[in-house]
Amino acid sequence: MKMKEARQETDPSTLEMQPEFEESADQYKVRLSMFEGPLDLLLYLIRKEEVSIYDIPIARITEQYLDYLRAMQELDIGVAGEFLVMAATLIHIKTQMLLPRDPDATGEEMEDPRKELVYQLLEHQKFKGAANVLHQRATMEAAAFTRALMDEDKDNPEVATTVFQLFEVFKEVMDRRRAITEIEIARDEMTMAEKIAEIKLMLNGSEKVSARSLFERAGSRREMVLIFLAVLELVKELQIRLRQSEIFGDITITKRED
Amino acid sequence: MSIDELKPIIEALIYVSEEPITLKQLAAILEGESTDDIQVAVEQLSAEFNSRGGGLEVRQLAGGYRITTRPELSEYVRRYLKSQPSARLSLAALETLAVIAYKQPITIPEILEIRGVTSTSAIKTLLDRRLIVARGHKPVVGRPMLYGTSKEFLIHFGLNDLSELLNLEDFEDLMTS
Repeated sequence: MKMKEARQETDPSTLEMQPEFEESADQYKVRLSMFEGPLDLLLYLIRKEEVSIYDIPIARITEQYLDYLRAMQELDIGVAGEFLVMAATLIHIKTQMLLPRDPDATGEEMEDPRKELVYQLLEHQKFKGAANVLHQRATMEAAAFTRALMDEDKDNPEVATTVFQLFEVFKEVMDRRRAITEIEIARDEMTMAEKIAEIKLMLNGSEKVSARSLFERAGSRREMVLIFLAVLELVKELQIRLRQSEIFGDITITKRED
Repeated sequence: MSIDELKPIIEALIYVSEEPITLKQLAAILEGESTDDIQVAVEQLSAEFNSRGGGLEVRQLAGGYRITTRPELSEYVRRYLKSQPSARLSLAALETLAVIAYKQPITIPEILEIRGVTSTSAIKTLLDRRLIVARGHKPVVGRPMLYGTSKEFLIHFGLNDLSELLNLEDFEDLMTS
């Protein structure tokens, strides 16, 4: 994986894939990870052997290809099915090349058995080039910024939250809690000031807090009431902002920066 | 309205629009104004932005207009936004995207045929990033899903439309030369 990224980082204008590694067995692992698929491996071998893509010495390339697969297996790297399919294709082409040509054959029968593979390799190369250009474009494009989204923007429809709406959410959680039969034993001595400090702390930690989850955190009804009052107090002090993006939806609490 | 009167209105509209705003959208708001006039106004506006040498420019993207900061200033903008360049697409995702861009609409098996590798995770990434969208089913056995590039794709790669993609055959020369 690392190698792949490194290659992208170097020079995006280099359209060719030119990994240069030592020919040692322990380097295989690195090298193999570079090949996205059998076509990549084949293209690499063709480059390495400095042979023409239009006239591939099939026997030589097949042999090397199989060497790589063997190396993969030795290193216990699961050889993906596609690599095996390609191996079969290569061997098939090789045998076809070995067969003596029928001197009377015409048209399609005369076709070079490598033709389809060459076409596939060329197509693959083209798309690699196209991918490279896309990458460059995206890099350039990422440098231009648009204005930040305004509050009015669609995904953030600000419906001013009323105290009633806040109360709705509170009531909803309260009702749910009532449904769970639980006996309150401990009378905790929490104060609203504590709750205010807690909410402030939460808002320092994360950008926004859901009112519903805030109420649900409460261990008792008394605590829930305290949280509710604390929220109201913070609104009054203009310290927080309440926002409801849809009617009867959850209310998000954000810190007021202005 | 004269072109000079149109310009500030158009500037304001391009500024507030969340996505590239099209001539059609502008014309709908500027009732009674001809599309030609609007286009002239946009072009003049764009030229003014350029000649002013300011920090913003009017760009043609995904068939519309958009005001963006100049790329040269990205360092400062990033410093303010405390943002990192967004996560780069992997090579596999980029190659898959290239295949889809040039061969759309295309099915997953067809992509496999071209790339020689399965692209399932790449497709998922591209869908998650909304760079590609489903374009219905191909009326063949199994009715495989067809995929094509989205408006987001054009915006992400700074294209006005798909015709701005380099001709695929040109890459052959690049690769074999």
